[in-house]
Amino acid sequence: MLQNDIGGEAYFRMQKIRCFEEAITKLITAGEVAGACHSSIGQEAAIVGACMALNIDDYISGTHRSHGHPIGKGAVLNPLMAEILAKSTGVCKGRGGSMHLTDKSVGSIGESAIVGGGIPLATGAALSAQVRGSGQVALTFFGDGASNEGVFHESINMAAIWKLPVIFFCENNGYAAVTPAVSTHGQPDIARRADGYGIPGVIVDGQDFEAVYDATCEAVARARRGEGPTLIEAKTYRFDEHCVGLFIKGGYRSQDEMDFYMNERDPLVLYRAALLAGGMTDAALDAITAQAGALVDEAVQFAKDSPEPEPEEAFELVHANPVPIRR
Amino acid sequence: MTQAINHGVTQRMTYLDALGLAQREELETDPTTIMIGEDITLYAAGGAYGNIDMTRIRSAPISECGFAGMAVGAAITGLRPIVDLTIANFIYLASDPIINQAARLHYMTGGQFQVPVTFRASMWHNQANAAQHSDRPYPMFMNVPGLKIVCPATPSDAKGLLKAAIRDNDPVLVFEDNDLWGMKEEVPLNTDFVVPIGKAKTHRDGSDVTIISVAGCLRRSLRAADELAKDGISADVVDLRTLLPLDNEAILNSLGKTGRIVIVDYAHRTCGAAAEIAAIVAEDGFDLLKKPVRRVVTPDVPIPFAQTMEKQLYPSRDTIAAAARSLM
Repeated sequence: MLQNDIGGEAYFRMQKIRCFEEAITKLITAGEVAGACHSSIGQEAAIVGACMALNIDDYISGTHRSHGHPIGKGAVLNPLMAEILAKSTGVCKGRGGSMHLTDKSVGSIGESAIVGGGIPLATGAALSAQVRGSGQVALTFFGDGASNEGVFHESINMAAIWKLPVIFFCENNGYAAVTPAVSTHGQPDIARRADGYGIPGVIVDGQDFEAVYDATCEAVARARRGEGPTLIEAKTYRFDEHCVGLFIKGGYRSQDEMDFYMNERDPLVLYRAALLAGGMTDAALDAITAQAGALVDEAVQFAKDSPEPEPEEAFELVHANPVPIRR
Repeated sequence: MTQAINHGVTQRMTYLDALGLAQREELETDPTTIMIGEDITLYAAGGAYGNIDMTRIRSAPISECGFAGMAVGAAITGLRPIVDLTIANFIYLASDPIINQAARLHYMTGGQFQVPVTFRASMWHNQANAAQHSDRPYPMFMNVPGLKIVCPATPSDAKGLLKAAIRDNDPVLVFEDNDLWGMKEEVPLNTDFVVPIGKAKTHRDGSDVTIISVAGCLRRSLRAADELAKDGISADVVDLRTLLPLDNEAILNSLGKTGRIVIVDYAHRTCGAAAEIAAIVAEDGFDLLKKPVRRVVTPDVPIPFAQTMEKQLYPSRDTIAAAARSLM
């Protein structure tokens, strides 16, 4: 059983993700968010279980379903919400948006809307840590869909031969957009692909925070010892559609399946029960939930009150060493 | 062939050795510089990388997309990677991390990350290697904001531009003409000799016609100028050296002297570098033109294997000179 302080913090981060995504969903419904948004609701234990095993200066990379990753890593919410609302106070100054919530201050090096795109970035960050002797590790979040990209295999292979301190963390939510993973994988367990590269492959229940946390801690320890990468597959489930407000709904997964996960396998419900069993009180957990909600409310207000970028800002930050921009 | 550059002590060396020297100097002076690519430790045995920690030289599996993406990840976390993609056609396999990540991360992260990565690619045209080993991919990458692209045509520029690329805090593609590898000239040994990115160079002053040369076309362009001189035609020969950003000022200044322009490029015609230069001239230099713009480029066919078919396709001294004469 985890220490209450770690458990409390983990529950806090999971609640922040849940509240954040619920707030975003409301804003989308109200027509206050432009562009695509992908919700992490249902996947909070996988995200936070992985992130809690990392130090603040360890690296993470992620996906188009990007909101949960920096929140799980401990990011301040205001700049994240402002980014999604396309404000100049956004973490990426309004140049990234929902699919790209990259927050360097917590080691987040890129949330990529190119499926699989974040995998070599984190592998390269691990190479960087190894060359610099910094002791840092990198963890890359990706989905079941990305595990069929060639760059997944290329990156794992190089990480294996060079013993890079990287954790390949698959959030297998069962569907690549609306295509079932069972129809796109030769066998159902992505973690077994680790065998092909001579590295450990671990399957965990992605709805169980402690299982994810324990497996990731072991992988992180192995990476820091210089023993190389681990592939972790967290079997999880996405409660919302692929994209919030997607016109095409359902048809690719059964109501029974959705009901089962939402009613029986909600990671927040499960973890709350575990924390109560471990001695935390309802009052303490309610206070954490309220605090998460208050922070999200504050972030929404901050974002709404923030100015939009000036049109001219589109021409700034194209280069780090600027050269003339042709218009 | 080039005018002597006053950068202190020089040594006569080949284009290829100049590239190697640039790389070795940067590896020796900056411990954050690393190299990654295929077969590269083989060359290290010959001392190509000097006395450096071999953990910084990564001979990679044949995984261009993977190691190009890793180089981007290393670049945004404190290293300065040089990626050797060898044959230029292989850059297509690495194009996703180059375009979707390297070119955009500084911008998309609101400036949180810089991407100081260099991608080297050598172009092997006109050597009977057929269409999968003979490409000149730079025009496609010129359409990608966020990148910088250089294409040195002399040994000194090879050293100076590669060093500038490595030191630059943005992703830079370095396209090297393989048929220049053996070309020799005096190259500055000063370890801080760099050629600024974005600056063209005039190799020959003239008053009748401008010849804008892209990459390895420089030698043929200068030979064409020699031919033209025999006919009393004075050609102003400008080597662009950088394709992104283009040195518009140099192009228009030369056109202002001559009023006639021939653009020479080994890349294909449609949407090639020459097309962009022609558009700049049409938009910003129309009043300077005495005659229409002429392009001497490679036709829009895949590069064939047989030399009887291949050799005719590229700009030559004679086709460049003929294009210039047609404007008189």
